[in-house]
Amino acid sequence: MKILTEMPDVTALMPEIVMTCLALVLLMLDLFIRRKEITALLAIVIAAVVGFFLTGSSGTAFSGMFISDGYSSFFKLIFLVSLVLSVLISIRYIKIESVNFGEYYSLMLFSTLGMMLMASAGDIIVLYLGLELMALSLYVLAGFLRHDTKSNEASLKYFLLGAFASAFLLYGTSMIYGLTGTTNLKAIAHYLAANGVAHNPAVMLSVILFVVAFGFKIAAAPFHMWAPDVYEGAPTSVTAFMSVGPKAAGFAVFGRVFLTAFGGLQVDWAGILIPLAILTMAVGNILAISQTNIKRMLAYSSIAHAGYALIGLIAGGGNGVASMMNYLFIYAFMNIGAFGVVIMLRTEGFKGEEITDYEGLAKSHPLAAALMLVFMFSLTGIPPTAGFVGKFYLFMAAVAEGYTWLALVAVIFSAISAYFYLRIVMYMYMKEPKAEVALSTSAPHGIALAVATCAVLLIGVLPSGIIELARAAVAGF
Amino acid sequence: MMAEGIFIYLAAAIVILSVLVITRSNPVHSMITMLVLFFHIAALYVTLNAEFLAAIQVIVYAGAILVLFLFVVLLLNLKEEMVARRYIGPWPLGVLAALGLLVVIVLSLKSFIPGPSGVFTTEVVRAETNTKVLGQILFTEYLYPFEVVSMILLVAIIGAIVLAKKRLRN
Repeated sequence: MKILTEMPDVTALMPEIVMTCLALVLLMLDLFIRRKEITALLAIVIAAVVGFFLTGSSGTAFSGMFISDGYSSFFKLIFLVSLVLSVLISIRYIKIESVNFGEYYSLMLFSTLGMMLMASAGDIIVLYLGLELMALSLYVLAGFLRHDTKSNEASLKYFLLGAFASAFLLYGTSMIYGLTGTTNLKAIAHYLAANGVAHNPAVMLSVILFVVAFGFKIAAAPFHMWAPDVYEGAPTSVTAFMSVGPKAAGFAVFGRVFLTAFGGLQVDWAGILIPLAILTMAVGNILAISQTNIKRMLAYSSIAHAGYALIGLIAGGGNGVASMMNYLFIYAFMNIGAFGVVIMLRTEGFKGEEITDYEGLAKSHPLAAALMLVFMFSLTGIPPTAGFVGKFYLFMAAVAEGYTWLALVAVIFSAISAYFYLRIVMYMYMKEPKAEVALSTSAPHGIALAVATCAVLLIGVLPSGIIELARAAVAGF
Repeated sequence: MMAEGIFIYLAAAIVILSVLVITRSNPVHSMITMLVLFFHIAALYVTLNAEFLAAIQVIVYAGAILVLFLFVVLLLNLKEEMVARRYIGPWPLGVLAALGLLVVIVLSLKSFIPGPSGVFTTEVVRAETNTKVLGQILFTEYLYPFEVVSMILLVAIIGAIVLAKKRLRN
């Protein structure tokens, strides 16, 4: 009889274990904390502690089910950054929405834990469980405004479609398990290569099922239908959080599964992903033009950005993946920054979600307008902002791998995107204010916006640091 | 031959029952159909030599979860539910997509080659008994996923509490 005689080696898992323990402690402490700002502060401290443990973590654990390498650590850095920024912009917002519960922050931590497990998954079972942990927390967070039917709808829609996508993932897993007799990603790659079944149609079917499941998580067209409704209905701070972290987590597993388990099939899955990327960019950029609600517009914009990032994955290789990771890192700052400005317009009794609400913002609140300008420029990809750097390296990677035409298509769609991003800038700077718009500001919110702005501008001017970090992270992949 | 016949019956029954669950206009009828469906799935587990899972399926799904569903359904206004439209406009499109997917799956499964079987063959499981083998592997090889599942259940509980909590008064 086989029993565990000694404790398995869990040193590689330290960040996750620390995160779990501290998140549970926070959940309990919250009972005694009256001022929820303190809970938020503790959540940030937890993120920092986890970040500290992240630096010392490497290796595998539980017979390859858990992998901690540069790739996973870089993604975990993105998750922690988006967590901290989202918590900072939530503090005042959830008070205004009168849902100032401490569980909000615990759920964010649990969701981040799920993402971390996804990025480190070496086995499809663990990947799936991490995905469910992340998603389940998000379903609750999306429905956090219980008195708001739109939020209820967002939560339910996200839940039903998420369950649907999980079914695809499980079906693909069962298929690949039946073919290879294992769910370990490395073992799958090994078996496919050694036994000449790599081009079996059943393998391709399983690849397609994985594309559907992951495509749903990153909101790639045609699996994007949920995104605009969910992004619009969910509390804005949650929208900011889930447009960055879970998307990056989706890309993390996309890269991990496709480059490890299906690494030998790159030509085949690139053939599936190319039309997907083009369709995603087309749907995101073109439908964003007709939006009147800024949260919906940013939802379509986030769909479009998933399309750009997919190009990095298609290009593959160290450069392609590094450029994708680099892009997602930059995207975290610029997107949460943009949502941060959107949140500021939400005051007691005023929604501030219509694009027309931004008319003449530069006259009444020049600083807020200037920040929005930076984020909109960055999302468009105009130098000297980080968005330009991210897109530049993505397209360079595509050109280097011989996908020049794909890079051209992406550039054309970027040009289209300028219309709806710069329309907001135009509204802010060239129109007269229609009504008095008040801003809800707070110190944490200011810090988040300052950090995001500095990051966007700094990476835009001095990109080499983050590029090198991403390249080094991929090196050990 | 016998085993194949049983499988075909179970598979066909599961598909038909699943369709019935989503097409009945009375939610209570849907629930009862679902109960029968769960028993058929449990029977499918038995044919796969997974008696423990079959028992769990009956106890947890048919016993606990379905009863919970029934309670919720009985809280609804059934008369209103029965006249409410059950499908969105373009549902034939969905059926078409599902049939397309079915064709693709059937075509690709034709060339399906089963992979190597692992350590736990039917004989080993029979000799060691189902529960014991499952417990062993769950607490050794799959200890890590097992722990993650506990986190998922915790989040589910927190979520339920948060969504049922009283609204804050300003």
